[in-house]
Amino acid sequence: MTIAAVQSNPTPAILPGSGGMRGALSDLFWRRPKFLLTLMLAPSLLWLGIVYIGSLFALLAQSFFSIDEFSGLINREFTLKTYGDLFQAANLDIILRTVTMAALVTLASAVIAFPIAYYAARYARGRWKALFYLGVMLPLWSSYLVKIYAWKLILAKEGILTWLLAKLNLLWLLDAWLSLPVVGGNSLSVSFTGTFIVFVYVWLPFMILPVQAALERVPGNLVEASSDLGASPGQTFRNVLFPLALPGIVAGSIFTFSLTLGDYIIPQIIGTSRLFIGQAVYSQQGTAGNIPLAAAFTVVPIVIMGFYLWGAKRMGAFDAL
Amino acid sequence: MRSDRGQSAPLGLKIAAACGLLFLHLPILLIFVYAFTTEEKSFVWPPPGLTTQWFAVTWNRPDVWDALSLSVRVAAISTAIALVLGTLCAAAVSQTRFFGREAISLLVILPIALPGIITGIALRSAFALADIPFSFWTIVLGHATFCVVVVYNNAVARFRRTSGSMIEASMDLGADGFQTFRHVVLPNIATALLAGGMLAFALSFDEVIVTTFTAGQQQTVPIWMLEELIRPRQRPVTNVVAMVVVLVTLLPILFAYYLTRDGDQIAGSGK
Repeated sequence: MTIAAVQSNPTPAILPGSGGMRGALSDLFWRRPKFLLTLMLAPSLLWLGIVYIGSLFALLAQSFFSIDEFSGLINREFTLKTYGDLFQAANLDIILRTVTMAALVTLASAVIAFPIAYYAARYARGRWKALFYLGVMLPLWSSYLVKIYAWKLILAKEGILTWLLAKLNLLWLLDAWLSLPVVGGNSLSVSFTGTFIVFVYVWLPFMILPVQAALERVPGNLVEASSDLGASPGQTFRNVLFPLALPGIVAGSIFTFSLTLGDYIIPQIIGTSRLFIGQAVYSQQGTAGNIPLAAAFTVVPIVIMGFYLWGAKRMGAFDAL
Repeated sequence: MRSDRGQSAPLGLKIAAACGLLFLHLPILLIFVYAFTTEEKSFVWPPPGLTTQWFAVTWNRPDVWDALSLSVRVAAISTAIALVLGTLCAAAVSQTRFFGREAISLLVILPIALPGIITGIALRSAFALADIPFSFWTIVLGHATFCVVVVYNNAVARFRRTSGSMIEASMDLGADGFQTFRHVVLPNIATALLAGGMLAFALSFDEVIVTTFTAGQQQTVPIWMLEELIRPRQRPVTNVVAMVVVLVTLLPILFAYYLTRDGDQIAGSGK
């Protein structure tokens, strides 16, 4: 197309408005961007900001009530007694156990996730990149319960893991591990080790994706520059890769940590009879009917996650999500 | 020309990555074998024999069909709600600056950042307070609450990459707000929305923790499976349902991947 052809058919500088309801609305949005903004945010704010946050606060408020131990009725007077109950040895145990588990799961996920994420971000190209992407997405999207079920099959006493170890003549190792005090048990499917493995397995993809996203942003020549300047691979990892991947790891740890803190299904199906926070909340609000204590228990992960999110935000983890 | 193209990874990294991927996939593959086992009572490995009779048994179970249909309906409607709310929030947050903007992204992330059991109990007490009986819609509301965030995250990421000058150009060329949305914004964010929508669907289809608090007597597929896990009545049927669930979730992922793969690869190599 030549310039003359364009000029022969000039467009007026100011087009007529499209008119009608639509035009009027469009003009209104243009003139009053605040109105449009309000309209865009109103539905979500109404639901999330008022109903959701409202019911969260209603729940939290109940933690300041207490339960009458004889009648089982809820005493609606402000008291800190329920919070005091949290510090009973049994309850403190539950909290410590859950937080330790969450920390270990997060750590293990980060260690297993890093090589996968790094390979996918830096070395995988074309077909392999696709394979890695699907390789992480498929397990992530597979049903949570099916994954737990699969591990029940694997960890059961008559299951595949015992069979495999027997074939490798390593049963003594399994028996030795199971006879250890805290992590052991009758079989892997009723031990903390089993709970730990399943937690790591189920939340691992949540760690891989943000770490990979963070590593994608690291230019390859930074790593090369580091080795050109004489750094060993270990030094490059410590001083270049790891700090740059850290926001991604923190972003992933938000998921692994929070999901482990609140989960009550995995420890119920694969684990010992010793409770985690989620199970404690579930049984307190359900069978025990002690809503105040259940509410006080839910405050624990909220407080922990509050600090966690605050710290994560400061580290720039939200940009890596 | 990038110099790292032809480079290959250190052996240790290759092995670690491969082991990680195997760890992620072998347990799911195992489900496929167990669906054919003749053993009814235990999880014995290797399976004593193989049979396809459990597929017929499962096919004739009305409770399985009811659960499946409920799950699909809930997931579809929650995804639709999440798509609208998530896109609107994402557009508002990324296109304009206003007071409390940071708070909104935190608010949207909250339902998924807080443990599911808290969201579940909070919603349950809200429904109880408002005298809303448990129904299909209470499940949908619960699911939509945490599905918004996945759509939001996908849309925000895409908006961040979409240059605002395109919208201005469209306006300068005389398009009104709706035309700009239809012809400029939507094509730009479509794949992100699709991916977000698929993720929201899968999240809802799979959700069990919040659902236990917001469902009455109805059973979604996860609730059905949970019942079977806690009180196993018919292990072979559970095996088959587990396998079908894996297959059913496989298809939308592959589909979403097929639709968004070009954009993703550009995003990956353009950095």
